[in-house]
Amino acid sequence: MVLTMHELSVTENLLEIALRHAQQANAKRIIRLHLVVGQLSSIIDDSVNFYWDIIAKGTIAETAELEFRRIPATFECLDCHTQYIPESDHYECSHCNSANVRLIKGQEFFLESMDVE
Amino acid sequence: MANRITVIENIFSANDQIAEKNRELLTQSRLFSINLMASPGAGKTSLIEQTVKSLSGQYRLAVIDGDIATNLDAERAAAAGALAVQINTGGECHLDALMVQNALNSLPLPSLDFLIVENVGNLVCPASFKLGVHKNVLIASIPEGDDKPYKYPGMFQSVDVMVINKIDLLPYIPFRMDYFLKGVEILNPGIQVFQLSCTSREGLESWLNWIVEQIASFREEVSR
Repeated sequence: MVLTMHELSVTENLLEIALRHAQQANAKRIIRLHLVVGQLSSIIDDSVNFYWDIIAKGTIAETAELEFRRIPATFECLDCHTQYIPESDHYECSHCNSANVRLIKGQEFFLESMDVE
Repeated sequence: MANRITVIENIFSANDQIAEKNRELLTQSRLFSINLMASPGAGKTSLIEQTVKSLSGQYRLAVIDGDIATNLDAERAAAAGALAVQINTGGECHLDALMVQNALNSLPLPSLDFLIVENVGNLVCPASFKLGVHKNVLIASIPEGDDKPYKYPGMFQSVDVMVINKIDLLPYIPFRMDYFLKGVEILNPGIQVFQLSCTSREGLESWLNWIVEQIASFREEVSR
């Protein structure tokens, strides 16, 4: 596994957010984190999991599972309104071939919800 | 009993908050700033050298240089006439807002006119970490190939302006400029693109004019 460094600071930020919201909800334990990760957000699940195991130790999130919901880079055609995931070598609309298209999804990286007790 | 709580919080929020503070500090100091991003070897340091040499008579310049381990880039920027601060990221693949905040603390901000932040050479990670500067600039170069907008859409979408460097090599390298620019335009509609060569100096004038204009309009905005 290739460990990229920046997931460490990102995972620290994630833990801080999770603990803060758990405290606000008076939770005793965090069971699961539901994360939304766009394909373009440069986050590697394995690296986040690796750092999570280290930094969550000794907190109420110690045994929490991380669940990643991946969002592919998705475009919308402004001419025919088709939403599509483009081919790797061009971005034109998969339906009408128009270049009048916009990226609408794929850059997300947020904590959506948590299962706590 | 387990229950689900809704959070919806951006995980880059800690960095984004520091970036916002950097932005306020830079704006209060009336210091126009840019973040240069590119893959290794695209010409970040060369463009900085050319820019500093051409503008140092007119403006007081500083460069914050992100590098994994050496201070070669900062030395080149200093030799060209800028005040240079090196950040050794110790293996980090990008600069983040906190590193830039620390570097800002060691610069005489109010007595500067123009700050260039040279990010770590990488087309992926720097796009996710805002620094708080006024404009984000991407440099691509001809030898990297014309498929880059299709391979790294996140980076191409996140910037305010683009430079295509090493256009003096176009006769020797297969590079479909139309194909490249089509991808850029889809990801970032209307973005301004400067085609230039730091070696032959072709096209450099438009880039320098852009900076002069940006500094002027920035000053006008902050003095309102």
